[in-house]
Amino acid sequence: MNEPIRSLVIIVGVLAVLMSVSAGLIWLERRLLALWQDRYGPNRVGPFGSLQVLADMIKILSKEDWIPPFADKPVFVIAPALIVVTVLLSFAVIPFAPGIAVVDLNIGLLFFLAMSSMGVYSVVLAGWSSNNKYALLGGLRAAAQMLSYEVFMGLSLMGVVLLAGSFNLREIVTAQQRIWFCIPQMLGVVIFLIAGIAETRRLPFDLPEAESELVAGYHAEYSGMKFGMFFVGEYLGVTLISAMIVTLFFGGWLGPVLPPLVWFALKTLIFICFFILLRATLPRPRFDQLMSYGWKVMLPLALLNLVVTGGVLLAIG
Amino acid sequence: MISVLRGLWLVFLHAFRKRETIQYPDEKPYLPPRWRGRIILSRDPDGGERCVACYLCAVACPVDCISLQATEEATGRRYPEFFRINFSRCIFCGFCEEACPTYAIQLTPDFEMSEYQRQNLVYEKEDLLIDGPGKYPGYNFYRVAGLAVGGKDKGEAENEEPPVDVRSLLP
Repeated sequence: MNEPIRSLVIIVGVLAVLMSVSAGLIWLERRLLALWQDRYGPNRVGPFGSLQVLADMIKILSKEDWIPPFADKPVFVIAPALIVVTVLLSFAVIPFAPGIAVVDLNIGLLFFLAMSSMGVYSVVLAGWSSNNKYALLGGLRAAAQMLSYEVFMGLSLMGVVLLAGSFNLREIVTAQQRIWFCIPQMLGVVIFLIAGIAETRRLPFDLPEAESELVAGYHAEYSGMKFGMFFVGEYLGVTLISAMIVTLFFGGWLGPVLPPLVWFALKTLIFICFFILLRATLPRPRFDQLMSYGWKVMLPLALLNLVVTGGVLLAIG
Repeated sequence: MISVLRGLWLVFLHAFRKRETIQYPDEKPYLPPRWRGRIILSRDPDGGERCVACYLCAVACPVDCISLQATEEATGRRYPEFFRINFSRCIFCGFCEEACPTYAIQLTPDFEMSEYQRQNLVYEKEDLLIDGPGKYPGYNFYRVAGLAVGGKDKGEAENEEPPVDVRSLLP
């Protein structure tokens, strides 16, 4: 197979898999939440209710797609697309298995950080263009939350970069052949995980939408598939953060017996389930708690982690 | 932080608990005998209608969903000419059952009475009347009541003394 066709196949494959994963996650999340709340969840449509996704799709696609007359129309339309595009772009740099990656970028990690920061535009613009006070409050919160959690998200990854000596995600994975970075970078994993939850605006850090106080926050005015796009973006974000944790700290595709792609998918699935478990367990903090937690606890910890990792590496030489 | 981890673990353990859900159409929920569901009219052990058309149920009904018309047999036994309950109005409060002096009207543990047409929710007497005595198997109002009715004169009811002639001084 020649090179352009090969990369085209990978791109289409990754896109198809991600879209079906983000749809399947709706079902998975509902089933798992039900499991942890002593219920069954959707179990009627198809085997184990797995065709519920299809039913949901038909429903949301046939919903009225309404733009409020007071909204800023072009921005209102483009905001939901933005989040999906940025998250999908981030997937471009992730190495799913040796040789299976859309691009082998030598600043892959930076690209991922840049793209995940871009995601906040979607939420802020959605909140702004809705011209609704709740939506605007949600957008404001999203901006503040993203800014504060972005800082130590990047810092927590620098330990990995120091250990691997590269920003290239493929090289970071191969550097973990001897030991997964989750052991020397124990603090780094925890900090990145927390930042990742905040980055995807999942519970317990879903203050930008906060149903109980802000109606639905930034997507209060959205309906139909535009509303659905935010959720596609959210589930893709969960997949992205899980995939990044696996790539950076849990050895990516590395593992015995099973083929690399299966290892990668399995590890990612475990982290997705962990995200859902977090949602099932933790209540939402107050906004000032969220901010002070980010700046007063997580940022110093991330800096400490970076300094200690750097010091140890220098001492070892 | 410890409490967060403990919470995660405890929630995870719920995965192995028994489910609370009753998968309704496949498995039916347990309904207690006193469940206030579909209303019926019962008969006494002899097979006669218990209802004496006293209108107390219709009076007690807070949503006025019961309507009936009293009439009388040649023997003097009262019964409803028609008895109609509009279940689209009924709130299943059970006041009619409490008001009924003859245990005729009763609420049963059945709630599956959905209809596609609203008019079908209006139940007539033949829809309401059942063949048995319902919750009170032995009770027969006309046998214990002091009322003179065809075949039974005053003083002939169960546990009833013959009537006293109040104008006589004889013991």
